[in-house]
Amino acid sequence: MSNHAAFILASYLAAFVILGGLVIASLSARNRVRRELDQRGLAPRGSAPRGVDRKR
Amino acid sequence: MADLHFLANPARFRRFSQRVLPGLGFATVLMLCACLYMAFFVAPADYQQGQTVRIMFLHVPSAWLSMMGYALLAGLGASLLVWRHPLAALMARAAAPVGASFAAVCLLTGSLWGRPMWGTYWVWDARLTSMLLLFFLYLGHIALSRAYDEPERGDRAAAILALIGVINLPIIKFSVDWWNTLHQPASVTRLDAPAIHNSILVPLLWMAVSLLFLFVFLVLLRTETEIDRRRLENAAAQEEGAPA
Repeated sequence: MSNHAAFILASYLAAFVILGGLVIASLSARNRVRRELDQRGLAPRGSAPRGVDRKR
Repeated sequence: MADLHFLANPARFRRFSQRVLPGLGFATVLMLCACLYMAFFVAPADYQQGQTVRIMFLHVPSAWLSMMGYALLAGLGASLLVWRHPLAALMARAAAPVGASFAAVCLLTGSLWGRPMWGTYWVWDARLTSMLLLFFLYLGHIALSRAYDEPERGDRAAAILALIGVINLPIIKFSVDWWNTLHQPASVTRLDAPAIHNSILVPLLWMAVSLLFLFVFLVLLRTETEIDRRRLENAAAQEEGAPA
C-alpha cells in the first residue's frame, strides 16, 4: 500500500482504539450500573445483567 | 414528532432503546465490516492523494458526526433550559463523550493524512483550529456537567456552554471559504454536484452511514445507562434523607 501505509494503518488503528474503547467502556458502565440497581432491588423488568440471579 | 414526544419519558425511552439496541448493534458491526472492505479493497487510489485517500473514509464522516453531535448537544441544551425536558440532560451527558471521540478521531486522522500530503502534522489554519476548538468545547461540556455536587446545576451550566459553543459550527463549515486555509474547500457538501468521483464518494457515504449507526448506538446505550445511574443516585439520596 505504498510508502504511506504506516499513516493509513495508524489512522484506522487510532479510530479503532478510540471508538472501540468507547463501546467497551459504555457496555461495562451499563452492566455495572444495572448490577448495582439489581442489588438494591431497583432494576426494571428485563434489565438484569448476565450472571445476576434475581431470585436470591 | 408525536413519536419523539412519546420518547420524552425516560422509562418509555429506556424500553424503546432496549428493543432497538441489539439489532442496531448487529447492523452497525455488519456495515462497518462491509465499509472497511470497500475502503481497502474496492475504492481506487486517488490520482492526487494516492493511497492516503483511504484515511478520508474515516476523517470526513468523523468530522460530520462530531459537528452533528454538537448540534444535538445544543438542541438538548435548549430543550433543558426552555422546557426542562427530563431526558435532555441525561442524553446530553451521554452524547458529549461520543461527540468528543469522533472529534478526536477527526483530528488524529486529519493529522496523519496531513503529514504525507502537506508535509506537516498540524498547521494553525482556520479549519483545523476551529475543529480543535470543537473538541475543547466537548471536553468543557463533559467537565462542566460533572463539576457540581447537584447534577441539575452541572447540566444547566453545560447546556449554556453547548448553546454558546454552537456558534463554532458555521465557523468550522465556512472557515475554508471565509479565510485562506491550507485545508481544501468543501468537496461533498456543496450546492452543486460533489467534486469527488463516485468510486470514492459511494464508499465514503456508506462509511458515514455506518458510523452514524455507531453514533446512535452509543448515544442510546449511554443514555440508558444515565437513566439507570440517575435512579441509583435518587435512591441513595432518599436513603440518606430517611430517618434512622
